Amino acid sequence: MNKVVSKDFFSENVVRLEIEAPRIAKARRAGHFVIVRVDEKGERIPLTISGSDVAKGTITLVIQRVGVTSRKLAELEPGDMIADLVGPLGQATDVKKVGTILACGGGVGVAPLLPIVEASKKAGNRVVSIIAARSKDLIILEDQIREYSDEVIVMTDDGSYGEKGLITEGMEKIINREKVDEAVIIGPAIMMKFASEVTRKHKIPSIASLNTIMVDGTGMCGACRVTVDGKTKFVCVDGPEFDAHKVDFDEMLMRLGGYKDFEKDANERYLNQQK
Amino acid sequence: MDKQDILKQERSAAWRKELRDKIKNKDRTGFTRVEMPEADPVERSRSYVEVNRGLSAEEAVLEAQRCLDCANPTCIQGCPVEINIPKFIKNIERGEFLESAKVLKETSALPAVCGRVCPQEKQCEASCFYTQKLKKPAVAIGYLERFAADFERESGNISVPEVAKSKNKKIACIGSGPAGLSFAGDMAKMGYDVTVFEALHQIGGVLKYGIPEFRLPNEVVDVEIGNLKKMGVKFETNFIVGKTASFDDLKEEGFEAFFVGSGAGLPRFMGIPGENLVGILSSNEYLTRVNLMEANKEETDTPILKGKRVAVIGGGNTAMDSVRTALRLGAEKAMIIYRRSEEEMPARVEEIKHAKEEGVEFLNLQNPIEYIGDAKGYVRQARIQRMELGEPDASGRRRPVPVEGSEYLLDVDTVVVSVGVSPNPLIPQSVPDLKTTDWSTLVVEEDSLQTSVPFMFAGGDIVRGGATVILAMGDGRKAAKAMDEKLSGVAKAETVSENK
Repeated sequence: MNKVVSKDFFSENVVRLEIEAPRIAKARRAGHFVIVRVDEKGERIPLTISGSDVAKGTITLVIQRVGVTSRKLAELEPGDMIADLVGPLGQATDVKKVGTILACGGGVGVAPLLPIVEASKKAGNRVVSIIAARSKDLIILEDQIREYSDEVIVMTDDGSYGEKGLITEGMEKIINREKVDEAVIIGPAIMMKFASEVTRKHKIPSIASLNTIMVDGTGMCGACRVTVDGKTKFVCVDGPEFDAHKVDFDEMLMRLGGYKDFEKDANERYLNQQK
Repeated sequence: MDKQDILKQERSAAWRKELRDKIKNKDRTGFTRVEMPEADPVERSRSYVEVNRGLSAEEAVLEAQRCLDCANPTCIQGCPVEINIPKFIKNIERGEFLESAKVLKETSALPAVCGRVCPQEKQCEASCFYTQKLKKPAVAIGYLERFAADFERESGNISVPEVAKSKNKKIACIGSGPAGLSFAGDMAKMGYDVTVFEALHQIGGVLKYGIPEFRLPNEVVDVEIGNLKKMGVKFETNFIVGKTASFDDLKEEGFEAFFVGSGAGLPRFMGIPGENLVGILSSNEYLTRVNLMEANKEETDTPILKGKRVAVIGGGNTAMDSVRTALRLGAEKAMIIYRRSEEEMPARVEEIKHAKEEGVEFLNLQNPIEYIGDAKGYVRQARIQRMELGEPDASGRRRPVPVEGSEYLLDVDTVVVSVGVSPNPLIPQSVPDLKTTDWSTLVVEEDSLQTSVPFMFAGGDIVRGGATVILAMGDGRKAAKAMDEKLSGVAKAETVSENK
């Protein structure tokens, strides 16, 4: 059992939870994730760790309300317990000094991007970050990203905040302006697919952090499998980060939809119960 | 006194002699072997009730009378944890069922589990005098084991094995499956302070996530785990050694030795086109969703594909568990696709029989070579190739050879791939000095199960690559013995040097 210590809303549907987990707080590195089971009836879902406070013994998770589990998590209040939390899982980000890094985060993907931005900056890189979302209220962690970036570009699809346009347009602008040595791309699968096309075109080495369906998170089930460079890989133990140019995003998108009908039904049932 | 002398001495106990004299061997060998009562195939195939119902006391006593209490009990040699088989069976014969259960617990941490899932027909029962010399059906050792363990559990009168005086030595056991539990039980008996670390949220490893409720109810596993807790074994769930804390962290916290029983966690796939389509999953995933996450129950959040036409690829026990689970989830057609013939199937004969009774179709000598999906990426068909048996391969089984031009399309909406597992890479990744084989299993010394890292032992599937519950348990016992010797040796050496 892990206690929720604090809670903030970034927007109506995006919440940040600070959770007691002293061992994970100490052991985790940028890129690591945890598996969470919210209550005794809950499913196991992966969530990337967006930060930690070793002294306090806490980690932070950012959750966007989309389905039953994320809704249950968003409803937790300080003092509430999470049934199960295990980690840190996955391979940590390989942070090196490479020069200029273009960090691209879409939507709630900015949360897992933050520790990589922080680590990249601390490793001595120039970091240019682009954070993008559909609209202003979905832009999260802007101040924290700014703290560790040399430059931040905010983009919204509807132009309600920052520059109007898709993340790919912002990327093109930076790449055409200066030499980018490496890109990090995290966000919804469809965003990662198109963002990776931009860096592929410009031959910029890129990594993407994948958030697939998982059950155990330790390599046991294979639910998270993706094709990378023509080979099947497990996101939980081989990833979650891969060479963005080698990931079969179409297959990943297809597999992410595997339980869509169940998720929709469960969500409706849950919302009806709450009424 | 060595093991053989102890056995002889126990056999010469007055009550054992008396029992032997009561019924002539000729009469004993004339009795027919008991049949396990089973739930009705039609009813059980739609529910999760346990299929084998267990023997009644009368049936158990009658079956126990078949055992000849041999002077040289070869059955014990067939048991990886060396249960004193004649002693526990003779206690059943004389009606001392609780005493019988105590005998089981002398060497086995999980008798109610072993009585259900051990392949006795390949172990103790294969070495039974009836099988070996009389060419008759063996004494039903497994059924009797289960009877004694169940009787004790249901009586509420559960004995806790005696624990030696505390040695004040902290031992870490990684993984709470059969290898770990067996190890932990033996170490606790010897007075060690054992903590078992489990990655998942439930204790029991494969006994919980893998083996279905209709073959091994979780409640049975929990009672045995409860026993270990009473013996002082500590459990930490949601803890991945090497990730949540490193081996060095644990050493700093006072752990002096480690046993790795982390299992063969990584499912294998066949690497054929279309295998990543939606609706194709590993048996590990399929079974975990149902057994561990209880996805079959309405009130839980974990989803499960309730396929109507389910094909399970493989012929092992896990394949049988998967295909029978498919029936229980409502499959209209539940099929086993196996590339060899039934004779070569690694699954227990009993499991194959149960599957057939429940209506599972066996597509033997067939093998998928491709999956075809619809526009949304859901699997719809499997391209199946027929096989024939050629010359024996390295495993001694006849090698399946494809039959040219025999391919056909089979309609499926769910495919469960159950073609074996590889060892979990988490531990080797976190201890670079740990030597592994080409198959990623850990390298250990045969007698002691000591790994290439001092004070680190290993057993079960992380060493074997994919075997049985009982072999894992045997490893746990063996490692406990070797670790104790090593630690005692170290303790002795320390005393010597202190005295100098």
